[in-house]
Amino acid sequence: MSRHRTAALVGNPNAGKSALFNALTGARQKIANYPGVTVERKAGRLTLPSGEPLELIDLPGSYSFDAASPDEDVTRKVVHGEFEGEALPEVLVLVLDAANLEQHLVFAQEVLELGRPTVVALNMVDLAERDGLTLDAAALSAALGVPVIPTVAVRRKGLDELCAAIAEAESHADEEAHKRWHITLPERRLAAKHMARAAILSASARHTIENGVDRVLLNPWIGPVILFGLLFVIFQAVFAWATPFADALEGAVGAISGWVVDIMPDGFFRDFLTEGVLAGVGSVVVFLPQIVILFFFILVMEATGYMARAAFLMDRLMAGVGLSGKSFIPLLSSFACAIPGIMAARSIPDPKDRLTTILVAPLMTCSARLPVYAVIIAAVIPETTLGPGIGLQGLVLFALYLAGIVGALVVALVLRNTLAKGAASGFIMEMPRYQMPRIRDLAIGLWHRAYVFLRRAGTIIFVATIALWLMLSFPKAEPGESQLDASVAGMVADGLHPVLEPIGFNREMSLALIPAMAAREVAVSALATTYAVDAEDEDLAAEGVTDRIAALWSLPTALAFLAWFVFAPQCISTIAVARRETNGWKWPTFMVVYLFALAYAFAGLTFWIATAAGL
Amino acid sequence: MTLDGFENDTTARIVAVDWASLAEGEAKRLRALGVDEGAEVSVVHRGVFGTRDPLALRIGRMTIALRRVHARAIEVEPA
Repeated sequence: MSRHRTAALVGNPNAGKSALFNALTGARQKIANYPGVTVERKAGRLTLPSGEPLELIDLPGSYSFDAASPDEDVTRKVVHGEFEGEALPEVLVLVLDAANLEQHLVFAQEVLELGRPTVVALNMVDLAERDGLTLDAAALSAALGVPVIPTVAVRRKGLDELCAAIAEAESHADEEAHKRWHITLPERRLAAKHMARAAILSASARHTIENGVDRVLLNPWIGPVILFGLLFVIFQAVFAWATPFADALEGAVGAISGWVVDIMPDGFFRDFLTEGVLAGVGSVVVFLPQIVILFFFILVMEATGYMARAAFLMDRLMAGVGLSGKSFIPLLSSFACAIPGIMAARSIPDPKDRLTTILVAPLMTCSARLPVYAVIIAAVIPETTLGPGIGLQGLVLFALYLAGIVGALVVALVLRNTLAKGAASGFIMEMPRYQMPRIRDLAIGLWHRAYVFLRRAGTIIFVATIALWLMLSFPKAEPGESQLDASVAGMVADGLHPVLEPIGFNREMSLALIPAMAAREVAVSALATTYAVDAEDEDLAAEGVTDRIAALWSLPTALAFLAWFVFAPQCISTIAVARRETNGWKWPTFMVVYLFALAYAFAGLTFWIATAAGL
Repeated sequence: MTLDGFENDTTARIVAVDWASLAEGEAKRLRALGVDEGAEVSVVHRGVFGTRDPLALRIGRMTIALRRVHARAIEVEPA
């Protein structure tokens, strides 16, 4: 019988904790938030040699208990038993990077001084060997006074031994630990140096792979070119590879909808299911392939260690608007969808930087804007070519993306000098060593992202969609009257239209904006409904609506509508996520107001300038 | 001489750090990463497109990124 039922992984960032966690617990993981803070709590189960289950939590990576970020603060509180609602872990599994002992042994001493039952996982010994290091685990164990197990998480090496050691971990609280109370950081660093030297049996002077690879990838001229080339490939892939999957998902939702129509009697509940639930949730779920593909690239960039280099290369540009390279990952994610982008902002330590990143993330052109852009561009922009491979339509689409990026940079600059003013934010980060990504870790990571997205589609988007559907469906229209005109939404549109008329919007456009609050792309189907386009599926509807727009909208009106969608925060889920990540309504309210103000101003400017230019 | 003006790929010993000029959290982070008096470091990369910001610093067996503003607060001498 073992005595322990809970354990926690602690260690420096980049010690391979997550890979070890995945290897120990497999897919049996629960991801949630620590209450009151936006720090992810990862918990999983593993089976001890005795057959008993053990709950393992993966604590955020820390350099010190003297916390410099919310993540480190969570780790400090949990291992000190000071985190409300989180039991003190019975065993601490201290994860050390075998190739970076001198550095990792500094925090290790702080952890060992707690006197808790501790086991050391000397992780990534394979990478240490690659760097020409031979290590003596026994010598390290003697120096630290706790068991040391060499592991290679990604190859599942040493895991059984580690589990056995966890089951038998003893408290090592002794006088030695108390004597160390007064120790200072330089003394600790010196001790780490001595222990590391004693544990290293041999160190060949072989050059690390990093030096060679970084000469190219961090080259001041070639590095950025490679990064932009890679980003280009990623964007191509996101839009080209996702299409068949998105079509298949759309087909599946259509098939389910058709099946419901077949088996259920005509009536309120059937309409509710097909037009409300399936149409609404379906319209969001079709973005899953794009999100999965983008996150595949992001996860590969993170797992290989390239993401930190990308942040390094982007830092100068981001510094120009008061952000840092760390904002690059959240903003890149936002091109698929602002929701995972805003959540990724958690990795930014500076609170002002993080807030600014969250507030500008919705300006990145997410995939939900594409259907709107595609329909309007096809309707009003002629298919002329301006040069070899450069079409006017593509150029307009590119300009819309650029407008979003430039808008985000300008807004960030303004915010950093006004509302989110703070001491010059820095950019300090460790650049991890290059590693081959493991399929298993990628699969687990992708599954988590997809799950978070689907759960959101199943809750917030579900509720919002139903509320809008009810607004659109009631009160019922008299015969001969359009349902949209008669509905609550129609009445709201009547109230909205006078406000939007000066910027060139007609009544149908005002009306389409209301259901599009759930998700931008709904604007297309709403316009289709308004123009009473009688079509079976969305493609036909889109085709029909394109013709109507081409016939009924003036060019300035259509351009104003495009400009509106560059800025308008037409996405309830994004607003909800911003509320959760900023712990209140203050900043999401600000975000909605400033984005609508920009949308109004730029749609208006576009309309007036285009009209004056005689377009 | 500060680290900002020090030659690339040459080992430097940190003689002093002007902690007071750095934000508290950043000072903590730098110290935790081993940037402190007595440490031996070398700049391995500097900036993009001719700018000299940020810097990649080799310290022990680790590479860290920091900005010029931090490098200016780090007084070094040739090791």
